[in-house]
Amino acid sequence: MNKHLDTPQGKAINSAIPLSRRHFLIGTAATGLVLGYAASSDLLGLDQAVAAPAKFDPSVWYSIGEDGLVTVTVGKADMGQHVASTMAQLVAEELGSKWSDMRIALASNDPKFNDPVLGAQITGGSWSTMMNFDAMSRAGAAGRIALIDAAAAMMGVPASELSVRDSVITHAKSKTAKTFAEIVKGGKITKTFTPDELKAIKLKTPDQYTMIGVSMPQLDIPFKVNGTAKYGIDTFLPGMVYGKLVLPPVRYGATVKSLDDSAAKKVPGFIKAVTIDDKTMTTTGWVVAVADTYQHARQAADALKVTWDHGPNAKVSSESLLAEAKRLQKLDDSGLFFVKTGDTASGLASAAKVMEAEYTTNINIHAPMEPMNATAHLDGDIWHIYSGNQFATRSGAIAAGAAGVDPKQVVLHQTWLGGGFGRRLDGDMMVPAVQAAKAVGKPVKVIYSREDDVTMDFSRPLTYQKLKAGLDQNGKLVALNHDVVSAWPTKRWGIPAFLSPSVDKKGALDAFTVNGSDFFYSVPNHSVRAILNEMAQQATPSGQLRSVAPGWTFWAVESMVDELAHAAGKDPAQFRIAMLDGAGDNDGGAQRLRNTLLAAMGLAGYGSLKLAKGEGMGVACVSSQERKTASWTACVAHVAVAPSGDVKVKKLTVATDVGTAVNPDGIRAQVEGGAMWGMSLALFEKATMKDGEIEQTNFDTYTPMRMSQMPEVAVHIIANGEHATGVGEPTVTVVAPAIANAIFNAVGARVRSLPITAEAVKAAMKA
Amino acid sequence: MANLIINGRNMSVDAADDTPLLWVIREQLQMTGTKFGCGAGLCGACTVHVNGEAVRSCQTAVSDAVGKQITTIEGLSEKGDHPLQKAWIAEQVPQCGYCQSGQIMQAAALLSKNSSPTKEDVVAHMDGNLCRCMTYARIQRAVLRAASEMRTASTGNDRRNT
Repeated sequence: MNKHLDTPQGKAINSAIPLSRRHFLIGTAATGLVLGYAASSDLLGLDQAVAAPAKFDPSVWYSIGEDGLVTVTVGKADMGQHVASTMAQLVAEELGSKWSDMRIALASNDPKFNDPVLGAQITGGSWSTMMNFDAMSRAGAAGRIALIDAAAAMMGVPASELSVRDSVITHAKSKTAKTFAEIVKGGKITKTFTPDELKAIKLKTPDQYTMIGVSMPQLDIPFKVNGTAKYGIDTFLPGMVYGKLVLPPVRYGATVKSLDDSAAKKVPGFIKAVTIDDKTMTTTGWVVAVADTYQHARQAADALKVTWDHGPNAKVSSESLLAEAKRLQKLDDSGLFFVKTGDTASGLASAAKVMEAEYTTNINIHAPMEPMNATAHLDGDIWHIYSGNQFATRSGAIAAGAAGVDPKQVVLHQTWLGGGFGRRLDGDMMVPAVQAAKAVGKPVKVIYSREDDVTMDFSRPLTYQKLKAGLDQNGKLVALNHDVVSAWPTKRWGIPAFLSPSVDKKGALDAFTVNGSDFFYSVPNHSVRAILNEMAQQATPSGQLRSVAPGWTFWAVESMVDELAHAAGKDPAQFRIAMLDGAGDNDGGAQRLRNTLLAAMGLAGYGSLKLAKGEGMGVACVSSQERKTASWTACVAHVAVAPSGDVKVKKLTVATDVGTAVNPDGIRAQVEGGAMWGMSLALFEKATMKDGEIEQTNFDTYTPMRMSQMPEVAVHIIANGEHATGVGEPTVTVVAPAIANAIFNAVGARVRSLPITAEAVKAAMKA
Repeated sequence: MANLIINGRNMSVDAADDTPLLWVIREQLQMTGTKFGCGAGLCGACTVHVNGEAVRSCQTAVSDAVGKQITTIEGLSEKGDHPLQKAWIAEQVPQCGYCQSGQIMQAAALLSKNSSPTKEDVVAHMDGNLCRCMTYARIQRAVLRAASEMRTASTGNDRRNT
C-alpha cells in the first residue's frame, strides 16, 4: 500500500559490517576450543590471539572446554526474556551439543559483541532472535564441522561417515565414538571459514530440528530461585563506598544554586557531597551524597540542604503538555510525514461519512523491580562500570563523557538485568557513579531509591493523537489522516542513524513515535504526521517503554477502526478482515495478521459464546515496531462492565504468529507477561506531571498490576514455518484497544484515554 | 554492634539500631539474594523470615531482629531444593528474576502454616509482592505445585510413581 520508510535499524544494517564480510575463526586456546566471528579488519588480531593462547582474549562468541561444556557469550542484555538461553539454543541446535552442557556468559561492551545486524550493542525492539538467528546458527554449524573434521582425523575414518548428537560424534560402522570433551582435549584444532564458506554451510531444515521448537529449560532460571544470580546492584568492589542521589524538584532543567553539607557532616561515615557536572546533559541539578555505607549515604542525602534554580520547566504539567499537543496538531505545517499515500484531502472530501476522534495516553513509568544503579571504579586509566544495561554502546559513551575520557577507556561489565523494559537503554546511572568515584578517589556504588527511580524515569511520553477518517457509501475506509504528537525519545539520543527521513524528505523524524501507524490494512488514502511536542521533549525526557510507539499508535488505530466498523454497521472483526486483503506492499503480512485474528476469534468463541448482560468482547490485531520486524498478534478481550463503570477483564485470548518458535515456553512467558503489561497500562498505570515534577513516587501511587488483578489469559502460539520473529513487545500493544473495544461492545461506552477509568466509562455510558 | 542469627549462623555487624535489616543483610553482609525494590514495604522484594514470619526487611529495624531467627533465600534450603524452589524451576517462573527471592520467601511462609492453600489463599497471601515481569500466573501454579509436593512427601503417598 504505502511506500514506507526504511526502518531506522535498516540504516544501521547498512552501516554495520555485514555478516557477508565476516570470517569465522576456530582455534585451540589454553581453555579449550574458542570460536568467533570477526570482521575482516579484526582477523589478524583474533588469529594471533588464537595462535598465542596465553594472550588470548576469551571474549569470543563461544568456547568448548576440555570438560565438554559449551559457553556461549551473549552480547544481548538479558532482562528476563531469556535471550541468552535462546542464543545458546540456536548454537546447540547446529553444534549438536547436549543441553545440559550449555552455559551462558554475558559480554562486556567490546564492539566484538555488537549485534551482527545492528552494528551496535543494543537490546530492544523484539529484534534479538530474528536478527541473530542466522549468525548463531552458522556459528554452531561451523563448530560442528570443525569438531567432525578433528574427530575424523583422530578416528581415522571419513568425516562423511560421522554423525553428531548430544555432544558425541559417532562412527556407526565401527561403533566407535568421541565426545566433544575428548576431541577438544585431543589436540589442536584450527579452522577458518571465509565469509563465502560460512554462507555455503547448509543449515538444518525444520524437519531436522531437535532443539528448536522444544521448550528447553531456560539456563538462567536455576540461579534466579536460590538468590545467587548477580544483578548490577549486587556488585561489591574492595574499598567501595556508596552514593545516594539528591534530586531537584523538577524532572529536567534545574541547576544547583547552593549546597550546605553542615548537617550531613554529622552523619557518621559521610565522605562528600558531589554536585554532578554532566557534560552529556543526561541529568541536571543532581547531587550525590557519598558515605561508607548505603544507610549512611541515605542519611547524609536527607541531611543535605540544597537549593535549586528550578529552570525553564518549573511550570509544566500534564495539562499544559496536552494543551500544547492540541495546539501543535491544529497547525497545518506541524510535523513531518511518516506515511503519505494517495490523497487524503480529496479522499475525505468525497467520503460519504467523515469521523474524527482524539486518543490520549498519560505518562508511564518503567519501574523495573531493580532500581537503577551503577558501580564505577577507576583502575589506572580504565573506568570499570558495573551495571546491567540494554545499550552498552551508548551507555559506555555516556560514562566516558561523565568521566571526561575516551569511550575506549570504559569497560562496561554486564550483569543480569532486574527488569529492563527499555529503561536500561539509558545510561544516566553511569553519570553519578563515575563522578562520585572521581570525586572521592574510590569505587562508588550509586543506588537510586525507588522514589529516585520513579521521578527521574525516562518515561513513556504523554501522547495525543487525532484521527480523521472517511468511509465511502459502502462503509469502506477510504481515507485516514493520523496525527501523532509526543516527545521524541529517540531524538533525545542524539544518534542520527536512529532518525528517519520523512517521506517527502523535508526532515528527519523519530519513527519510534509513529511506528505501527504504517499498518497492514489497505487504505487507499493514508497519511501520518509525526509531530514533536518540544515542551514535552524538554520537561519530560522520554524513553522507550516496552513496545514503544505501537503502545500508543495501535491504541488509536485499533480503537478508531472499531469506531468506524460500528459507524459502518459492520462487525468490527469482519471489518478488519476485509481491510487485510494483502494488496500491494501488504502482501504476506496482511494475510498473516488476518489468520492470527481468525485464530484468536475462534479460540475465544467470538460471536458464538452467549454473553451475560453488561459483558462484551472486543478485538484488536497488531504487528510489531517495524513492518520489517513484524510478528502478528491478535487479542479478544472479554469484559464485564458494572453500572458504576468498573471494568472487570474476565479473559484475554491472545494468538501470535512468530513464524518459528525457538523456545515455545519462553515465547509463552513473554506473551503472558506482555499481555499483563498491556492490561496494566490500559487500566492501572498513570503518572502525572505538576510543576515540572512527576507526582508519583513509589508503588503506592504508581500502581502496576498485582496478582489479584490478573484475568484469565489464554495464549496461543502460531508457528507456521516462516522465519523466527520477536515476541517481547507486540502483545503489550494489542490489549488496551481490545479492552476498550470490549467495553464498547458491552455497554456502548467509548473511552479514548489511557488508562481507562471507571469514571470515564461511566461518563461515556451516559453520553 | 548488632548480633544477628541469620540462617542459623551468628553474625555481628556494625550498624545503628534503626538501620533497616535489608541494608545490613544486603550491603554489609553481602548476602545479595534479598533484594531492594521500594524501601517502603510496598513490593515484597526484600522479604525474609523472622522467627518464621515473612517480613519486609526494608521495614524492619535491625534492633528488632536481634536474637531472632532470620532466614533469607540463601538459607531456605541447604541445596536450593526447597519444594518451592523446585516448583519455581518446573513452572519456569522467573523472567528477570529480581523479585523472585521475595516471592519464594513470602510463599514459604504460607506453606509453613497452610499445607493445602486454595488459589484464593495464594492470591491473598501473595498480593503484596509485585512482579514487574508479571509472572503471577506461574507463581500461582508453582505455589500450588509445591504445596501438593509437600503434602505428598509428608504422607509418603507419591502419586507420580503409581
